[in-house]
Parts: sequence; structure tokens; C-alpha cells
Amino acid sequence: MTLYRNLTIKQKQIVWAWAFLAVPVVFYVVIRFYPTGTAFVISFQEWNLLGSRTWTGLDNYVTLWNDPVFWKVFRNTFAYLIIGTPFSLVLSFIIAYHLDKLRFMHGFLRMLYFLPFMTSAVAMAWVWRWFYQGVPIGLFNNILAGFGISQIEFLNSTTNALPAVLAPAIWAGLGFQVIIFMAGIRAIPTSFYEAAKIDGVGWWTVLTQITLPLLKPTMVFIVVFSSIGFLRIFDHVFNMTTNNPGGPLNATKPLVLMIYDTAFNGFNMGYAAAQTVVLFTILLIVSLIQLRLLRSE
Amino acid sequence: MKSTIQAMAFASLTGTAALFSSAAIADGPVEIEYWQYFFDARVTAMEQLIEGFEAENPDITVKMTHFPYADYRTKVAAAIPAGEGPDVVQLFYGWLNDYKEASLIQPLPSAEFPTSEIDANFFPMVQAMKEGDNYWALPTAVRSLALFYNKTLFDEAGIDGPPATLDELVATAKKLTKVDGAGNITQVGITAGMTAQDHHWFREVLVRQMGGEPYLNDYTTVNYNSEAGQKALDFYVGLAKTEKVTAFGFMDEPQAAFKAGRAGMHIDGSFRIGSLEKTRGLKWGVAELPAGPDGTKSNYSSYWVNAITTKAKDEKYEAAIKFMKYITSDEAMQIWLDTVGELPAKPSVGMTEANAKNEVFGPFIRGLAYANTTKFANESGQRQVLVDMVSRMDLEGQTAAESIAIAAQEEQKILDDYYK
Repeated sequence: MTLYRNLTIKQKQIVWAWAFLAVPVVFYVVIRFYPTGTAFVISFQEWNLLGSRTWTGLDNYVTLWNDPVFWKVFRNTFAYLIIGTPFSLVLSFIIAYHLDKLRFMHGFLRMLYFLPFMTSAVAMAWVWRWFYQGVPIGLFNNILAGFGISQIEFLNSTTNALPAVLAPAIWAGLGFQVIIFMAGIRAIPTSFYEAAKIDGVGWWTVLTQITLPLLKPTMVFIVVFSSIGFLRIFDHVFNMTTNNPGGPLNATKPLVLMIYDTAFNGFNMGYAAAQTVVLFTILLIVSLIQLRLLRSE
Repeated sequence: MKSTIQAMAFASLTGTAALFSSAAIADGPVEIEYWQYFFDARVTAMEQLIEGFEAENPDITVKMTHFPYADYRTKVAAAIPAGEGPDVVQLFYGWLNDYKEASLIQPLPSAEFPTSEIDANFFPMVQAMKEGDNYWALPTAVRSLALFYNKTLFDEAGIDGPPATLDELVATAKKLTKVDGAGNITQVGITAGMTAQDHHWFREVLVRQMGGEPYLNDYTTVNYNSEAGQKALDFYVGLAKTEKVTAFGFMDEPQAAFKAGRAGMHIDGSFRIGSLEKTRGLKWGVAELPAGPDGTKSNYSSYWVNAITTKAKDEKYEAAIKFMKYITSDEAMQIWLDTVGELPAKPSVGMTEANAKNEVFGPFIRGLAYANTTKFANESGQRQVLVDMVSRMDLEGQTAAESIAIAAQEEQKILDDYYK
């Protein structure tokens, strides 16, 4: 008690701040940092959840390096990122740009675009899974059959499966990105547009010289947000390929699904932890790159 | 100020201690815990059995907890080593080794469960639960495969009865397949999908019927990379590719196609009976699996067992033994058969006139007599190997020889990793 009384007022304020912060800090350490640290440790061990843990050093990482399935999964994960992010970015910008110009039914349309974002990914995945089925129950193939075009195998094909699974994921993310873009577009001062009108400049030049450059911070934010989302995609894949997780012959398997499979079907915790560490590293690198881009503004 | 706080703290501690100590001294009925995974009918059946058991043993109460199937194994694995969890636990027969090695379960005492008696009274496949002088776990019910067929579609196509051989199977399926104008299948003669039960049909039935032996050395060595295996695989994939009586992935899941009335025949386990009975408008029948070209009959059976965990001690252990005896009694098995539709583990219950000749259960029960039970190291992993084997032929155009060689390699690796 005497220790406390001898502190200055400033120092006393710091003590109180720490006192209040103590609970959330302890909570965070236990919930976030302790499991993360444990995962790192487990990646150097072998454990099947039931028995004891044995130290194996870098064995798990060596196995991972030599595992052809891992490299396929690695390519898939980046495929989700590389196809998903530009597509959703371009699509959501086009929608936001035109929606912004609209007055009639603006609110209603905005709500319609935002609805998929709020819908449960599981529900969405199952409905799209039904859409993708073949004749006689699949919606798309029934439409094609109505026009006399032969069926397309969406999910049961090594080439079509990944884009097919990605489509609802992009569709779901659109709503959020549209809202963010519209906020960004609204933030552009109208004085720029007025000046452009006075100069008699065409809409394309307005778009490329005024709107897009001023939307750069918004775009960077959306790219960061959606790329981390796509790198961690799981719900849509798992629910669309439940019986054969990861799609025909690992064509749709992202890294998170491989981790889940290794851990809870194979009960190989050490190997799964090694994969988790790899995923963590990828996300860290991607985030750092994008933060660097933001800072250069 | 300081002394007041100290006084308050001391008072509250004493109060709490008094509260807890009174609970510990209480002397009531022994309570044991039972865990199983959630499946509507099985939970209902177990509730019935618990009621019956508690009536006979008023000094014992059984508390049942169930979990979603996907979480079950992880929950048990986490709870028992921590000293929590059940006294009697349900597990899949394939997990016995893991549970034994992790000291999650203890052997059933040979005084109460003599091996000679159990050997004689239960179906032979249960002997996999024995090690040395003790049985480690016992099933209440077992499952096997049979051929479900749609009676309405059979009548429509003018077919008398279900096929008895593989050749008849193909011929019957051809009559039941419907195709639309563009050549798309709208009704399959027989369902097909390694993601369902077909991988068991392939392993334990087709391979054997083509003259092969799927595994050697007590299921530690893969042996289906042989002529018999290739013939079996060619037959299976040929159903879709050559005979065109089925399509992989038709209506997403084979059982969905059968329930929707768009499949003439469907191979599935006895656990499917409950949900088929609830499907309106579906008239279905059951037949034994068709015999092979040289008349070989085979079947795949699997079972869930109950065991006593290492957590059960003293009076809970005694209570657990009594509970185990009750749930493996003839009466319990009959109740299970009636409520869940799972087959009794003892011929004394299964082969009664009523049960063996039963229209629905008969073919399953008769199949138990010649069934084999695969010892899986990692069932979902080994199933995925066969799923990929068919996908490689279906989507990448590989031949049976190439694909089965790769599959045998992959599966051997899984077995080697497990048994090393």
C-alpha cells in the first residue's frame, strides 16, 4: 500500500489503466496467444490426441515439403486468392459505381446486394450445391437441357469444381464490398466532378483520372480484407464437397480444409499443426505486403 | 479497512467450503455416465434400455450424454484422460486399438464376461474385440449391407423379383434405367458412389467374389492390387461407363436418389431402414447382396461397441459391469432391433424364426453369417483412397490397372503409418 502512495499521479493513472486492462489481457493471452504458441510447439511433435506427445523435430515440415497433396492444396489456396480477389473487386466496383448514380429504389437494391453477405455460408453452399447438380434436379443443367445444350459437370469435374465453389463465395462478399465502395465514392468531393464538367471531359476520363485514383485507399482496404478471406476459405468448400472433401481428387481443397482433415479425420495433430504454421506464415506475409502498400500512400 | 477485507474474505471462503463439503458427504444411489453419439433412434432405444436397467437396479442411475457424430471422437479423447467423461462409453469397433493404447478403456472382467461363453453366444465377427483372456468391448447391435430395391419401379418395368447374381443385377438395372431425350440419365438402375457404402461393397464383397482377398496379415497388407481387384473395379466402374445403368454423383448422394424414387436398386446398410420407413410414398423391399459369378456370397458388417472406461472405479465399476451385462442381453438386443432397426449381435436373437424370416431384417441377418469385418486404421482416409480410385478412372480416364495400383500404394501407406 505504501508503494502505491509514493507514486506520482501520472504513475497512479498508469497503474489503474493496467488494473483495468489486466482482465482483457489475461483473457487474450489465454484464448489467443497460448493456443497459438501451443500449436507452434505441437508442430514439432507427434500426437494423435489420445496418447502422449513425442518430439519429432522438423519431421512434420519435411513430410509437408515432400507431400504432393500439400503443393496441390497450396496452388488451390492461391488460385482462390488470385481468381477471387480481382473478380470480386471489379464486379463490386461496377455495381457500386452504377448503384451510386441510381436514385429510384436505391435503398432496396442496396439491401438486395447486401443480403447474401448476411446469409449463412452453410445455407448458401448447400443451395448452390443443389443448383450445380445434374439433370433432373440441378437448376443450371435443367435450364441448359431446356435449350438442348448438353449438361455441364460443375462439382464433379477437376477443372470446373474450383471456380464453381468460388462463385458463391464471391457473390457473398460482393455486398460488403459494394457498400464500402459506395462510401468511398461518396467521399470524393463533388468539386472535382464539377471542375471536370466545366472542362468538358468524357465519363471514361472522369472515371480513370478522378474516381479510381481517389478510391485507392478504399481499394487497398478491400483487397486486404478479401484476400485474407479467400486464403482462409473453408465453409463453402466443405459444404459443397461434404462427402468427398476437397473436391474430386483434391481439386478444390484449400489449406484450411487440409488442416481440418489431417487433424480430425486422421488424428495427426503434429502434421496438422505444421500446416497451420505454414498458413499463418502465408497470411502474415500477405498482410505485411499489403500493409506496406497502404503505408506508401 | 484492511482487516475488514480480510474478515470478509475469510467468511466467504468458509461459507463456500461448507457448501461443497456437504455435497461430498452425501450418500445416494451410484450414478454412472454413458456417452454415445447422437442418432435419434439410438438415443431413444438407449433411453428405453436405461429405464429398464434402472427399474431392475434401483440403487444405480445412468446419466446419458450424446454428442454430434462429428465431435464425438474428439470429445471422448479429450475428456477421459482429463478424468472427466463417461464410465461406459460407446465406440466404433475400429477404434478399439487406439482406445486400448491410450488407456481409455479397461478390459471386461473374465469372471463376469467369460471368453468361451461370448465366443459361443455372439456372431463370430465380435471376436475382434477379444485380446488374450479378456474381451475389451461388446456390441449391442451390428450392421450389414443388403440390396434395397424400389418395388414400384420393379412393377413398372415388369421385373419379378430382386436379382440373385451380379449378372442378374446388371440385367435388372438395364431395365430400370431411364434416359431423357438428350441422353442424360433421369433414373438409375442402381445407385453408385464410393462416398457411401459402396467402398465396403468393393472391398469385402466384389473383390472376394472375383476370386481375390482384399487384405492379408490381419488387414495390415493391401492385397486388392491383383487380377481379382482389377476385375472388381472394372465391374464397378463399368456399371456407369459400359453398361450405363448408373452415374457417379447422380442426385448428389445415392441414398437421396433412392429415397426420391429415382433409383431402382441401392446397396446400403441396415441403418438406412429407419429413414426409408419415414419416406412417404416409397415402396421398398430388401434382398441379400447378389452372389458372385461362381456363387460366392460375401457381406460387410460393422458394429459399435460399448466398453468400460478407466475412469470407472470401485462402486461405479461394479455398476458399469451390471450396465454392460444388461445392454448386451437378449432382451436389450430385441428392443434395439425393434427401435433402431440394427441387427442383434447374437444368433440367439437374430436367428429366431420371426427375425430371420422378417421381410426387412431377414436379408441383413442372413448376410451376417458370411460377413467379413474390415479392420480399418483410418476409415475416412481409406474410403477416400477408393473414392479417388474411381475418380481417376471417371475424370482422368485412367485404366483399372493403373488406378488400382495407385490406390493400393496410397492405402498401404496409411496402414504402414498406423501400424509402425
